[in-house]
Amino acid sequence: MTCTEFLAQLDEMLDQDAAIPLRADLEEHLRCCEHCEITLSTTRKTIQIYRSHEIYELPEDLRERLHKAILAKCRKC
Amino acid sequence: MAAYEKLVKQYDRQVFRIANHIVQNREDAEDVVQDAFLKAYQKLNQFQGNSKFYTWLVRIAVNESLMRLRKRRTGKMVSIDEDVETEEGSMPRDLADWSPDPEALYGQSEMADILRRTIQGLPPGFRVVFVLRDVDGLSTEETAETLGLSIPAVKSRLLRARLQLRERLSRYFKRRDLKPAQAQDGVK
Repeated sequence: MTCTEFLAQLDEMLDQDAAIPLRADLEEHLRCCEHCEITLSTTRKTIQIYRSHEIYELPEDLRERLHKAILAKCRKC
Repeated sequence: MAAYEKLVKQYDRQVFRIANHIVQNREDAEDVVQDAFLKAYQKLNQFQGNSKFYTWLVRIAVNESLMRLRKRRTGKMVSIDEDVETEEGSMPRDLADWSPDPEALYGQSEMADILRRTIQGLPPGFRVVFVLRDVDGLSTEETAETLGLSIPAVKSRLLRARLQLRERLSRYFKRRDLKPAQAQDGVK
């Protein structure tokens, strides 16, 4: 398996969707390719970092203001 | 109305997040939240119940966000397919490993700033797929249904979004103790 072929299947590794024979091939490639191993681990970390940080925080005062505005508009219609 | 208020409280943060990712402007995102919940309320009788309420609501919020972008660009058409034909990210270039604990390198607000700036550099059609799949945890099928895309299109955008984000974050998170030549060598 080449790096390009591995990369095309990267999501299968990340989402653990790969069928068993494909997974075995991907894992074999990983054992001998440090670069793909780094690509996989850092892409996994990318997802985990975005999942654990709220980058568009909705502050409580704004949240309350939005709730009031939404419900007032809904009551009118 | 009390039942609807419960739905607003349950999903407001996610809708605000999706809207921000598309419009990239807080005031517009606030308007999108209001308009999306109002429109969903007005169309509640059209909700089929064969999809999750959340995916139906997000579809409304995505359309509202795109309309808002269109208004800002004085009527120019804006679609979720914009700028997706980029080749960037199809092959990783920065192959340096990351610091073992990249989150420890930055304070919380600095980290949020880095993550915001990084994802803002992606085309909207990549950003929204990444957020729905990887941050909100929707399935590929739900993401496709929400955005009106095919499953292969969602998969392709997700892979490219993940690789582009990884590449861009490497600038901030890579190990400082490796020489570039050591890290770049040896792609097959």
